[in-house]
Amino acid sequence: MLRFLTQRRGRDRLDMTDWIAFGVLGLGVFLMLGPVLWLVLSSFKTEAALQEYPPRLLPLAPQFVEVEGFETALQRFRVISGEHEGRELAQIRRVGLNAQMIDPANPEERLNVHINDREAVRAVQVETENYTGLFTRFNFLLYFWNSTFITVVATVLTVLFNSMAAFALAKYRFTGRTSVFLLIIATLMIPPTVTLVPLFLVVSQMGLINSPWAVIWPAIATPTGVFLLRQYMLTIPDDLLDAARMDNASEWRVYWKIVLPLSAPALAVLIIFSVMWRWNEFLWPLIVLNRSEVFTLQLALNSFQGELQTAWSSLLAMTVLTLLPITLVFAFLQKFITQGIAQSGVK
Amino acid sequence: MAALVRALYEGAFNLFEKPMQMLQYSLGAHRMAWVFLLPNLLIFGLFTYLPIMLNVWYASTSGDRILLGDRDWVGTANFATLLDCGSYLDPNTCRRDLFWRAVHNTGWFVVLQVGFMILLSLIAALILNRNIPLKGFFRAVFFYPVLLSPVVVALIWKWILQRNGVLNAGMDWAGMDTVNWLLDPSWAFFWIVFVSIWANMGFYVLILLAGLQAIPGDVYEAAEMDGTPAWRQLFRITLPLLTPTLLVVMVLSLIRAVQAFDEIYVLTGGGPGSATTLLIQYIYDVGFATRPRQFGLAAAASLLMAGVLLVLTLLQLAATRKRAEEG
Repeated sequence: MLRFLTQRRGRDRLDMTDWIAFGVLGLGVFLMLGPVLWLVLSSFKTEAALQEYPPRLLPLAPQFVEVEGFETALQRFRVISGEHEGRELAQIRRVGLNAQMIDPANPEERLNVHINDREAVRAVQVETENYTGLFTRFNFLLYFWNSTFITVVATVLTVLFNSMAAFALAKYRFTGRTSVFLLIIATLMIPPTVTLVPLFLVVSQMGLINSPWAVIWPAIATPTGVFLLRQYMLTIPDDLLDAARMDNASEWRVYWKIVLPLSAPALAVLIIFSVMWRWNEFLWPLIVLNRSEVFTLQLALNSFQGELQTAWSSLLAMTVLTLLPITLVFAFLQKFITQGIAQSGVK
Repeated sequence: MAALVRALYEGAFNLFEKPMQMLQYSLGAHRMAWVFLLPNLLIFGLFTYLPIMLNVWYASTSGDRILLGDRDWVGTANFATLLDCGSYLDPNTCRRDLFWRAVHNTGWFVVLQVGFMILLSLIAALILNRNIPLKGFFRAVFFYPVLLSPVVVALIWKWILQRNGVLNAGMDWAGMDTVNWLLDPSWAFFWIVFVSIWANMGFYVLILLAGLQAIPGDVYEAAEMDGTPAWRQLFRITLPLLTPTLLVVMVLSLIRAVQAFDEIYVLTGGGPGSATTLLIQYIYDVGFATRPRQFGLAAAASLLMAGVLLVLTLLQLAATRKRAEEG
């Protein structure tokens, strides 16, 4: 009886190991999502709040006040104990363990307060300027457009060219078919990382350096895509195609009007892969796109983090906007994506 | 939206219909296969097969000119330079010490990253394979970082690991000394391994989970009947039956780890010093980032790496075939 109750399968109460499993998974969720959530939370903080140590969870920004006779705004503090308890003062500077403070209402008088006797005045301040500033001060829209252009054009061409090749390999018999198929699949063994130098020559001889086409052309024939689509098209019965040919349909019509619509599930998987590949691509664009007008979002992010070590507020907001499109796609197509990847075994 | 897609789909069909019909009349229907193959083959030829052949040429010449005719033939000198070492175990005795440091770093990186990632993915997959509520949610959470771009991943962690970051605040809070995580060589190396596991693990969890779900349930039922304890089921049933999938996962992740670059480059830039410089970054630095550009050395280094990848890929093909036969 006892064993029956503690069996793992086909029972409906949780036992000890289930709770351990939940604990481990909870830790996993914290490690996986925590960093992303921290990024999103931080991206809404003011630069002053971002500079603060230790950082606070919520965007509770320190408050500042303009005082006559001081060029920069002074941080506001509330005195919580000691001689001046209850007063709200502005800090001029910190000297060791003491802070030199001033009452904004009475700027003549200087007060000395121990730093542990005061507490920063804070207010919830959601800094949307981090985001709006990206559009006015940085050329965010330009980078966004560059990335979108490359992603959309490359994906359309990838789907078109790879499905054409897959159609030929799945639905025709001709001499050399096996060799061609092997030739395409063999490119799996040659990742672009091993041919960077000569690829650079080819692309620069075509006059494509600093053009989005330098990223698009080399990327649109993929062994993964051809393989995925060919395997799927093999399952489409030839009788369907022959029936259409009897009705005088051209080969192009057979491909476009019969095979493509029937391959929709496999095409969708390839579209998602392609969008992911192109949107996230980094090394090759880094080599061929050197002028900031043609930067993709990834390149822009990379160059900003090098240049503006301190301007985290803009950098964080830009990072959030870069991960947003992929996150939205994932949120809506989660099941579909995970199934597609588990089945095809590619990323 | 749907109407627009439909209109574009129809428009594209009409656009190509006439020329394709004419091709079909002049070539005959059976030769249309080559027409359909042509764009793909052109691209593979121009951007994959031609570069492979040119790579050998670059590796045998020197100079900073990209045009093949302007380069000086040096035979195997580039390889000799790269391989000129007092002892391969000590990069300081090598003529190209940076290359060998990158090789060493890559070796350690591959061993640690692949080892720990597979272990963690396996644990996660085993847990997710249980009958627990919210399974789909947990699976999605583990997979989510896989979709993020490497640059985004690196910036997320850079923000956490910076000197005044939340991790150091946590260390402070727990009464421990704060660390400048990315400026200390050993910690920086730890974090590039950690971050790349974080970013890639979900993919392998998915594949392992698919492998686990393919194991028939009646094997376990039989074991339960015999009173086999759970840990014994794990080592005697689950792991042996999962071996083909594990093999595929291992080789796939090895191939990827050898080529690791993006998130590491953004996170540490290969530093401090050359503590986290991996092979691809060496190739990028030598061939593109520093002047004068040494295309010859970069090409030679990438050919050496291609050799390693070729061996790994052949292993992968063997593993996939084994999996297909057994699954």
